Amino acid sequence: MSEVLVVVEATQEFGVKKVTLEMLTLARGLGTPSAVVLGGPGAAEALSAKLGEYGAAKIYAAESAEIDGYLVAPKATVLAELVTRVQPAAVLLASAQEGKEIAARLAVKLDNGILTDVVGLDADGTATQVVFAGSTIVKSKVTRGLPLVTVRPNSVTPEPAAATPAVEQLTVSVPAADKLARVVNRVAEQKGSRPELTEASVVVSGGRGVGTADNFKLVEELADLLGGAVGASRAAVDSGYYPHQFQVGQTGKTVSPQLYIALGISGAIQHRAGMQTSKTIIAVNKDGEAPIFELADFGVVGDLFKVVPQTAEEIRKRR
Amino acid sequence: MNIVVLVKQVPDSGADRNLRTDDNTVDRGSANNVINEMDEYAIEEALKIKEAHGGEVTLLTMGPDQATESIRKALSMGPDKAVHVLDDALAGSCAVTTAKVLSAALGQLNADLVLCGAESTDGRVQVLPHMIAERLGVAALTGARKLTVDGGTLTIERQTEEGYEVITAETPAVVSVWDTINEPRYPSFKGIMAAKKKPVQTLPLADLGVAPAEVGHAGATSAVLEHSKRPPRSSGTKVTDEGAGGTQLVEFLATEKFV
Repeated sequence: MSEVLVVVEATQEFGVKKVTLEMLTLARGLGTPSAVVLGGPGAAEALSAKLGEYGAAKIYAAESAEIDGYLVAPKATVLAELVTRVQPAAVLLASAQEGKEIAARLAVKLDNGILTDVVGLDADGTATQVVFAGSTIVKSKVTRGLPLVTVRPNSVTPEPAAATPAVEQLTVSVPAADKLARVVNRVAEQKGSRPELTEASVVVSGGRGVGTADNFKLVEELADLLGGAVGASRAAVDSGYYPHQFQVGQTGKTVSPQLYIALGISGAIQHRAGMQTSKTIIAVNKDGEAPIFELADFGVVGDLFKVVPQTAEEIRKRR
Repeated sequence: MNIVVLVKQVPDSGADRNLRTDDNTVDRGSANNVINEMDEYAIEEALKIKEAHGGEVTLLTMGPDQATESIRKALSMGPDKAVHVLDDALAGSCAVTTAKVLSAALGQLNADLVLCGAESTDGRVQVLPHMIAERLGVAALTGARKLTVDGGTLTIERQTEEGYEVITAETPAVVSVWDTINEPRYPSFKGIMAAKKKPVQTLPLADLGVAPAEVGHAGATSAVLEHSKRPPRSSGTKVTDEGAGGTQLVEFLATEKFV
């Protein structure tokens, strides 16, 4: 069977990201997955067990301080060389900022088509995308070159398929043209152990109705009780209640969790764009006419400062 | 500093948007077409840099005739002039070919700094800045929430999932920005009047050395095979809190096996 390259997304703290496991699962529909680790020295070793568990038959490891030290371009160069050498059936990357950027450069280098935000992939390379704020489903295909796609997190359920991957070290030589944008510093801002917003199976979001930055503790408390991530509407972010990287909506993150709880969010189209493909939606809002209720599987018209503490209390009781 | 800002006209994301049934491209005819929101932040950033360091701000857009309207609106914020790549053959262009055309146009504009929004609200593809940088062989500083200019050195704070990265490069470079970077100004009446007289140069493909067969539907590297409307969500149960709203919510969560 032909090889399918899956470019691994991982963090130092949590290891292999869920979207990588989703990509390995999707890749098995097209061929035999090979994981590609692009990172600093020693990056692959910590990830190989998990990658094998989800079916990576092979791991290509490109490990170099130069890959980590410059923005995106070195990764695309290494990947382009690998693609040219092994001629895979497809290349999958995560549909996050960096995954899209690596794919962008790869597309130019190989003069190859690209599809982003893919949520499904058929054996013949036909991709499914959800566009225009989740309102339209599109079937599309790369018509020049191989299927080069970026996969949106929470698109498929990761399925284990044990394999024992052989690790092949790639020689990394980064040309001067890839060293133009230098990473000076990486600063971690997000504290705590909450799952990442786009990967979380539960997201609890707060909007203007939350009222103050301090009140967001209520949103965080409910998220933590459900093992979820915290999100915020644009109104809440613009009001300074919560940082921008947690914004859900047209100009923020698109999430598609199993459960989405909207607290004090009216449900403007801006917000709906980022969350309406969630499996189950719950809304709490004091305005019974708020458009968020049109999407909600369960809605409570009421004061979130009464409803949410009672919800938290009731969840604790049931444990 | 010679700054070029990439601007795209898109269908208003606040209204219903559709794909055309004949060729599966964005339906611009029925839509209310506006400047891509994120581009306004790029324009604002360009104007601030010009105000602090001097130079010129040029808008560059590729799009159909009607994009002229958005160009004038964007000019009313304060940029000096605009270049409009306009050619019937461009309809249906994919991201890869769009990058090819914009790179060819940028090749003639001699920019020190190319600014653009991090993504458009229609495609949300986010690939253009790196595609253009790859083609032009210049640095790409993408996803900026902050940009500082010190002589020819550019430094950004790049927003990431975990926090941010500090990235630096020398000009020439492509910088893409998020909507956290600034607060775009509203055009003044004077700005609106002045925009009507600002030069807008139209560039056909022939002037860029790009053949019609390389772009549009003919040159596209990907194709939409079909599209359909996603069935709208239907609303479920709605209760009014009369003292037990939270308990009812948890009962629903229990039925759905979330607790």
